[in-house]
Amino acid sequence: MDFAFTLEEAAFREEVRAFVRSHLPVDISRKVNEHKHLDKDDFVRWQKILYRKGWMAPGWPVKFGGTGWTPVQRYLFEEECAVAGAPSVISFGVNMVGPVIIAFGTPAQQQHFLPRILSSEDWWCQGYSEPGSGSDLASLRTRAVRDGDHYIVNGQKTWTTLAQHADMIFCLVRTSSEGKRQEGISFLLIDMRTPGVSVRPIITLDGAHEVNEVWFDDARVPIGNLVGEEGKGWTYAKFLLSHERSGIAQVARWKRELAFLKRMAGEIQSGGKPLMADALFSAKVTRVEIELLALEITDLRVLASDREGRAPGPEASILKIKGTELQQAITELMMEAVGPYALPFLPEALHADWDGTPVGPAFAAPLAARYFNYRKTSIYGGSNEIQRNIIAQRILGL
Amino acid sequence: MDFSFSEEQQLLKDSLQRYLEREYSFEARRKRIKAGTGLSAEVWRALADMGVLGLPFAAEYGGFAGSGVDSMLVMEAFGRSLVVEPYLATVLLCGGLIDQAGSSTQKAYWLPRIAAGNAIMAFAHGETDARHDWCYVSTRAERKGSGFVLRGRKAVVLHGGQAQHLLVSARSEGEPSSATGVSLFIVDAGSAGVQRRDYATIDGLRAAEIDFANVEIDATALVGEYAGAASTIDSVLDRANAALCAEALGALGALYDLTLAYLKTRQQFGVPIGTFQVLQHRMVDVLIHLEQARSLAYHAAFYAHASDTALRRRAVSAAKVQVGDAARFISQQAIQLHGGIGMTEELSVGHYVKRLTMINATFGNIDTHLERFAALA
Ligand SMILES: Cc1cc2nc3c(=O)[nH]c(=O)nc-3n(C[C@H](O)[C@H](O)[C@H](O)COP(=O)(O)OP(=O)(O)OC[C@H]3O[C@@H](n4cnc5c(N)ncnc54)[C@H](O)[C@@H]3O)c2cc1C
Repeated sequence: MDFAFTLEEAAFREEVRAFVRSHLPVDISRKVNEHKHLDKDDFVRWQKILYRKGWMAPGWPVKFGGTGWTPVQRYLFEEECAVAGAPSVISFGVNMVGPVIIAFGTPAQQQHFLPRILSSEDWWCQGYSEPGSGSDLASLRTRAVRDGDHYIVNGQKTWTTLAQHADMIFCLVRTSSEGKRQEGISFLLIDMRTPGVSVRPIITLDGAHEVNEVWFDDARVPIGNLVGEEGKGWTYAKFLLSHERSGIAQVARWKRELAFLKRMAGEIQSGGKPLMADALFSAKVTRVEIELLALEITDLRVLASDREGRAPGPEASILKIKGTELQQAITELMMEAVGPYALPFLPEALHADWDGTPVGPAFAAPLAARYFNYRKTSIYGGSNEIQRNIIAQRILGL
Repeated sequence: MDFSFSEEQQLLKDSLQRYLEREYSFEARRKRIKAGTGLSAEVWRALADMGVLGLPFAAEYGGFAGSGVDSMLVMEAFGRSLVVEPYLATVLLCGGLIDQAGSSTQKAYWLPRIAAGNAIMAFAHGETDARHDWCYVSTRAERKGSGFVLRGRKAVVLHGGQAQHLLVSARSEGEPSSATGVSLFIVDAGSAGVQRRDYATIDGLRAAEIDFANVEIDATALVGEYAGAASTIDSVLDRANAALCAEALGALGALYDLTLAYLKTRQQFGVPIGTFQVLQHRMVDVLIHLEQARSLAYHAAFYAHASDTALRRRAVSAAKVQVGDAARFISQQAIQLHGGIGMTEELSVGHYVKRLTMINATFGNIDTHLERFAALA
């Protein structure tokens, strides 16, 4: 056992650090560090920088444009990007549908879609959930009926993250209502510009527009956009979900947030003394720091057991549960740190070009809204209750 | 010992609840918040007519000499309907300060006006570097001629932008964190040198940052003893905190009802999600939190007016901790058990959660009251 990085790994870290330092646009990292609103263009600009360097898809096989890095290198890359304040790469294309197309797509689909994911030409969104089908995804009802060279799609998806930016949506659709529910589900790639596809915003309790309803009204989708076999969509969906769950922990990013929390707590005065000198508050921050360190190492252990690039198994659920719990704890402590300055609600202050005077410390404005927003993390990507069911069944054998 | 409400109390509770159900629906509230006025004239008038605005004051001032338990009933009803009117600011805080410390002239002037709905007031007390320490006052009051000059800045003053008059705490002696040396003044919000920045709060109320740049006031503005306001402030904030606990109780009760109903109706895997044992146990924990919170909110309401200050402080801080913990747990679980729909602006769940979370950031958070209770033990 050796927790130290090798010389090669240390050199790799330096290489990534130097690249990120010289290429990450300051206006973007400022937004990230100050918790400001990120536009579509901010994500795309950074992803294109990674693309030009060949670092857009570290997890893909080299022949499709991956990097061939070891798990440790991928971890170091993530960490350097996060510490520098790079935006997270939008997962839907590169981490979700990409691996599915690589594993199950036709050569034609691979040649068409994968380069467009790498270059950020297509923004993808995920069309799984429906109003009546959340945890019980297999009950989904959006129908795709074969008509010559097309599927005619009718139904409604919901909670679709950033569909307002999307060019493409990958959907689970019902192609048969015979037999087992899971066996009637297919995996379909749909162009958002298809006539009959419409997007309606859903506003969340923090006032943000992040999720949407996506409606399909006789949308005609070419059969060439079916991934794999008809009726096998459930298998691909499960493959994809385990990718989604492991990406969810984002330890490196939350180390940056924790450092921010500690800096803030050093600046904030509480009764004329620095908040960090408050024993109760500092104990809570310290506990989170220790848990995050443990999760980082657990994450690395899971990664290390995954050298062949297999999708992570049920242990990904551990990362999802613990990761989201810590994210929620950190956003809550940040809100708690600013005391009564959690109250002022100035949505305009979340935009980088706002030049008004903040109410209270400048860092306070987004914090309560962010705490409310992060309640989503224990719901999406398979709720934490569902994750515990998975662990109970598949690890504990109960 | 008796945990029941008197006939008058039951009547007050019922009529207020009926009024709010009729006039303060979730949709009506949403419109009122959007209007951005921080006060709806017709609601304020109705509350005055019902006797709610004068409830805590003596009959000679147009009130009903209401107890802490009476205030609790009002605030619990407000919590259930998520009322965003300046009741706490005007009636309980400013009315309370004047009632406890004011001269008979001041009481005779202000209290009937508050009771009749003709005075909107705010308590300008909190400061940026205070966070939750309510002894911390750095705003200065210097004597000038027979009057005073105020200099300083107040932070997150609830309804500070809507108030016509402000009760301002300012120090004439000692370090900012010293427990003594603070006085209270009534200041016309339109006075020269008063600058207010009004803004919305995330839970639908309004607050303001207020600057006092050499604001000159005359001797009659002083409320209570010069440099001797500490115990009045402590007592009024205790009552306000007991009232906030009651408001929280109303919101918690609503979340409990909404979530339990959802567990019985939402179907996944072909059954109501309430049939999953893990959710049953979670909901049981919600109930236990609610009942424990209710016990200490009642306890605090009863002792909020006690003359034994140690008893009062312990009861109030205990309630703030217990209700605060319940507010966290129940809020988080209400969203979690609703799934995606619990995250939406459209559903009332999130609005209860926002109010409860902000109550935990008002007049001392859980930690502050944990420490205060421990120090009193
Ligand atoms: C902000 C946000 C973004 C999202 N983005 C996307 C997206 O881009 N694409 C997409 O397809 N979906 C997305 N989702 C949807 C998300 O995956 C679902 O919300 C989630 O699967 C839960 O489904 P539900 O909301 O219908 O809740 P329900 O399934 O109705 O669950 C309600 C409650 O019951 C519990 N529960 C359900 N079944 C069980 C059980 N068997 N045992 C124990 N407890 C159970 C749940 O854990 C939850 O607490 C997003 C959701 C949110 C909140």
